[in-house]
Amino acid sequence: MEITDIIREENKVYSAPQLLDEVDMHYCPGCSHGVVHKLVSEVIHEMGLTETTVGVSPVGCAVFAYNYIDVDWVEAAHGRAPAVATAIKRLWPQNTVFTYQGDGDMAAIGTAESIHAANRGENIVMIFVNNAIYGMTGGQMAPTTLLGQKTATTPYGRRVDLNGHPLEITELMKMLDGTCYVTRQSVHTPAAVRKTKAALKKAFQNSLDKKGTSVVEVVSTCNSGWKLSPEKANEWMVENMFPKYPLGDLKDI
Amino acid sequence: MKEEIIIAGFGGQGVLSMGKILAYSGLMDDKEVTWFPSYGPEQRGGTANVTVILSDEKISSPVLDAYDIVIALNQQSLDKFAPKVKPGGILIYDTNGIHKVPQRDDIKIYPVNAMEATMELGNPKAYNMVVMGALLEAMPYKLPMENVVKGLKKSLPERHHKLIPLNEQAIEKGREMLPK
Amino acid sequence: MKGEVTLMKGNEAVAHAAIRYGCDGYFGYPITPQSEVLETLEALMPWETTGMVVLQAESEVAAINMVYGGAATGKAVMTSSSSPGISLKQEGISYIAAASLPALILNVMRGGPGLGTIQPSQADYFQATKGGGHGDYHLIVLAPASVQEMVDFVGLGFDLSFKYLTPAMILADGIVGQMMEKVVLPEQRPRRTDEEVKKQCPWAANGRTGLRKRNVVTSLELESAKMEVNNHRLQATYREIEKNETRWEEIDVEGADYLMIAFGSVARICDKARELAAEKGLKVGIVRPITLWPFPTEAINKAAQGKKGILVVELNAGQMIEDVRLAVHDNLPVEHFGRLGGIIPSPNEIVDALEEKLVNPKK
Repeated sequence: MEITDIIREENKVYSAPQLLDEVDMHYCPGCSHGVVHKLVSEVIHEMGLTETTVGVSPVGCAVFAYNYIDVDWVEAAHGRAPAVATAIKRLWPQNTVFTYQGDGDMAAIGTAESIHAANRGENIVMIFVNNAIYGMTGGQMAPTTLLGQKTATTPYGRRVDLNGHPLEITELMKMLDGTCYVTRQSVHTPAAVRKTKAALKKAFQNSLDKKGTSVVEVVSTCNSGWKLSPEKANEWMVENMFPKYPLGDLKDI
Repeated sequence: MKEEIIIAGFGGQGVLSMGKILAYSGLMDDKEVTWFPSYGPEQRGGTANVTVILSDEKISSPVLDAYDIVIALNQQSLDKFAPKVKPGGILIYDTNGIHKVPQRDDIKIYPVNAMEATMELGNPKAYNMVVMGALLEAMPYKLPMENVVKGLKKSLPERHHKLIPLNEQAIEKGREMLPK
Repeated sequence: MKGEVTLMKGNEAVAHAAIRYGCDGYFGYPITPQSEVLETLEALMPWETTGMVVLQAESEVAAINMVYGGAATGKAVMTSSSSPGISLKQEGISYIAAASLPALILNVMRGGPGLGTIQPSQADYFQATKGGGHGDYHLIVLAPASVQEMVDFVGLGFDLSFKYLTPAMILADGIVGQMMEKVVLPEQRPRRTDEEVKKQCPWAANGRTGLRKRNVVTSLELESAKMEVNNHRLQATYREIEKNETRWEEIDVEGADYLMIAFGSVARICDKARELAAEKGLKVGIVRPITLWPFPTEAINKAAQGKKGILVVELNAGQMIEDVRLAVHDNLPVEHFGRLGGIIPSPNEIVDALEEKLVNPKK
């Protein structure tokens, strides 16, 4: 049997996502962004939305999402992705529009835009990658940084009296009448990856069904920022992030 | 033809809306028009004034030092604007509540009791149209009444169009206040 | 609807003009003295007629970023605000300029700094003409002096903005915003269809129709060498705009001894002052820059030839005067007269200033 007899279409069990460019990513090895990018690419392609999707990338590590996922993109100012997406969706109602935001973008500088877009029930998908740290700028405190967590700006650990509490923005999103689907997922195991993909599919479908805003939080690792190996980072996330940010659907109507 | 007019009084006396009706009427008579209000918190009860300019030619400044016609509806406005009537110009003021009358002999002064005339009409809301009548009668530029009615129609919301005959009546009443 | 003659406030007129131009979207946040723009649009409900989107945003910051988003898709979108709100929008404006997007921004200036006053001002001249936000960029800045120009400059602003792919600003003052004048509204133009937008703006991010190569609208470029190229591209556009789009108005410049230079409604107050000065035997001409950027440098230089002096009149402490001085190379006396904080000078005050500062200056 020759190798070419094996590499055949009918034997294929996996292939690279159609919309994910074959380029080296700037993300650190072990980072969750790559997996989330892959899932977004797959979902858009599988749902037949390639020609009608516009992504809005944030400021933060995912600023270059537009270099990897092969749909049209608008790169927003820090925190303003939901405002940018609002206008795009309203002006092109037949398009599918999603934001891809980190914790700083969603829950610090862009809190107002995120909450108001969701509260208006814009028919957009908001993908929220929460790794509890500012990766791109070198590991500073994020609004979702855990109490006691060491970052470049909380070198002795986050303290309530100095830095306030970790912000549960997704719980806030759940409260808003404009959101139809609010879920918290992760991509640290194959099972979790599959669940996140299903969640993203549901979110994009909600947009097509004009049901309102869908928020998909992905609790993620930043092993560079956390100064842990990729494996240890996953363990740290399970032990420390999940109790504060438990996985599952917060709202699904 | 060019008439530079200021209407000044308390907020609530219908100063701005009278100016608006006057401006619309001028527009209906194919004139260039400018309506420039003092705006801001003083709209709510303090003094209000509006400059209205009607002209055959393109209008320059909406802000003026002197006016062809001044209409003053309270003492404050009279004190402030009587000195700003151009020589040979016209001053119309409501005598109600006026204790200090203007002393100028180089202008035409028409003291009118617009409040009393309005009371006779039985509708206090028509006050500004009574004053408008006095202005239309005194103004050298004769604005045809049909265009004033058109101006009223343009200026008032549709639901108030039934009040146009009352407004016309008020304008007539105002005209009668001036010496023939 | 064709050539409808009516009477309205400058702010209302902008709303009507936007709809009639075929504007696709307006995003704004209320602030005095320009809230009538949003109020009028909401009352006219253009989404029922032309399909124009109107949205009251949660902040000026959100509004300008909605404009950025809409512009990135090739749609004709705009916002309006007044001075403090325009300060908030500066980041977004810088992004729009950097990404070479067309957009229209109206600033109905009020007195500052800070929260200031709600009365008319021209104190945002520097902000509008020298950049405003971060980075090397310019806006096309149009200064209307009448309600009619408020209407006309909506169309002109959008046209120039799409021609050069750079944002345009209408820099109005509270006088033009709040004043009612006779105005001729243009005929209703249809909004471009989505297909027309895609054809006109092949760079726009509105979906990969036909699986074309993806479009990315961004102002980010981490490689300095490429960023320098981007900057040179912007600068080349600005030189083109300077060459082709400088606009100004002259009144009685020839034969005048003195020039008054003013923009917006102040130029009209100066026109009255010119008449009053003539009664005193003073021959005054007026130059009114219509585009504040590009500034009519050459026109002013030419108009200044043989004059005894220039009075620059502004509702600020002296901003445009710097551009006037650069234009005339200090070859003649250039003096400033300004009122601040929302005060409007009267024509007589301007004549007095001319006499004190230029005709009979104290030695």
